[in-house]
Amino acid sequence: MRINISRKKIKDPFVTKVEELSGQNLLACYQCGKCSAGCPAVSEMDILPNQIIRYAQLGLKDELMRSKSIWICASCFTCNARCPKGINIAEVIEAIRQILLRKREDHLKVEKLSDAQKADVPPIAIISSMRKFTS
Amino acid sequence: MKISYYPGCTLKNNAKNFEDSALCSLKRLEVEAEELERWNCCGTVFSLATDDLIHHLAPIRNLIRVKEANTNKVMTLCAMCFNTLKRANERVRSDPESLDKINEFMYREEVKYEGDVQVLHLLELLRDEIKFENIAKKVVKPLKKLKIASYYGCLLVRPKEIGLDDVENPTVLENLMTALGAEAIDFPYKTECCASYQTVDKPENVADRTYQILTSAQAQGAELVSLSCPLCAFNLDYRQKETVQKYPEFKNMPILYFTQLMALALGCPEKDLRLDLHYIDPKPILREKGLL
Ligand code: SF4
Ligand code: SF4
Ligand code: SF4
Ligand code: SF4
Repeated sequence: MRINISRKKIKDPFVTKVEELSGQNLLACYQCGKCSAGCPAVSEMDILPNQIIRYAQLGLKDELMRSKSIWICASCFTCNARCPKGINIAEVIEAIRQILLRKREDHLKVEKLSDAQKADVPPIAIISSMRKFTS
Repeated sequence: MKISYYPGCTLKNNAKNFEDSALCSLKRLEVEAEELERWNCCGTVFSLATDDLIHHLAPIRNLIRVKEANTNKVMTLCAMCFNTLKRANERVRSDPESLDKINEFMYREEVKYEGDVQVLHLLELLRDEIKFENIAKKVVKPLKKLKIASYYGCLLVRPKEIGLDDVENPTVLENLMTALGAEAIDFPYKTECCASYQTVDKPENVADRTYQILTSAQAQGAELVSLSCPLCAFNLDYRQKETVQKYPEFKNMPILYFTQLMALALGCPEKDLRLDLHYIDPKPILREKGLL
């Protein structure tokens, strides 16, 4: 994959927004990879947690907003617990999801779930997935 | 001892086995659990975005209900409720400005929230107040020779600031199982996430996790798994259906709430265990050990 880095992207308001919504200092990350090493979901991800932080530093907004990973992360907080720099990676991923959800770009289409799908799972699953994946 | 109790929605339907067995156990331990009046759903997940105050209203409103019950301590059973209530509580405690905003928004509430409620999980009550050695004394049916792996998932132990035990190697459930006379089995996947709410639109991902978590417990000799979260329970139990479809060599295994095992050991009647609410029937293994 070819990635273009530019001063313009690094200065994109997206970077500030991610930092604000997550409350994290992205530049604290030194790319040790510990977050990705412990993440239970990496096999399903296209951009790994440490890469998400790197992309966010560089303002690679389109790549992040298109990624599968932000919808695969289940906010299990394993990465947060292990980051030696105290970065809350799960919060950074939440910030990216929120930027999309606040434009009403829902990930979960509740109306498209079949009755069987809805009847199968307990309320705790439906409520939490709606809280994470809809606006 | 009396304690205020917040059940949460899932305990009132799919996880009736969790609630009934917990309430019966508490009675045997001479604890009176008083359900809060007018409690509402906590929202299931703690809102992570820094500016998202509106989603903290639901958990904080429940803490107001605790104050209205003239106490400042509340017990939860569901791991997700515990996490959400406790984190929202810590959030407003450390940020008085947001607490003011939340109180202003709920101006019709008669009581103002001041950050003074303590959120407890049942496991903390058992470990720190009742104490496991006293529970052991009340065991009438020791869970002898039953090999139990305890699964914590995420939200009992993470984040560290609110977790009820060591973040990487919790042992509270194993210690309780030992007090009940069982053989506690340790296994490396005990705090690995089960993929949670992904179960709604990506059940196949949950099947992968269920496979990893349960085969790891089986490799250590476990016969069943005990846990404390209705969502983990659904994923590890009901999603065994999808797990077998994906991994034909997978061997089914029963999943129980730790409270069902405690209720069994404390001599609660079978009707309070609600062993009918499981996908994988736990009765055969319990019968084999002479416990039913
Ligand atoms: S663990 Fe922390 S420092 Fe290391 S790569 Fe991940 S975010 Fe960066
Ligand atoms: S919170 Fe998300 S990124 Fe972090 S370890 Fe869990 S699934 Fe992976
Ligand atoms: S997290 Fe649970 S049990 Fe807690 S109130 Fe809500 S869905 Fe319901
Ligand atoms: S293991 Fe799964 S359901 Fe259970 S706490 Fe983690 S995400 Fe929740």
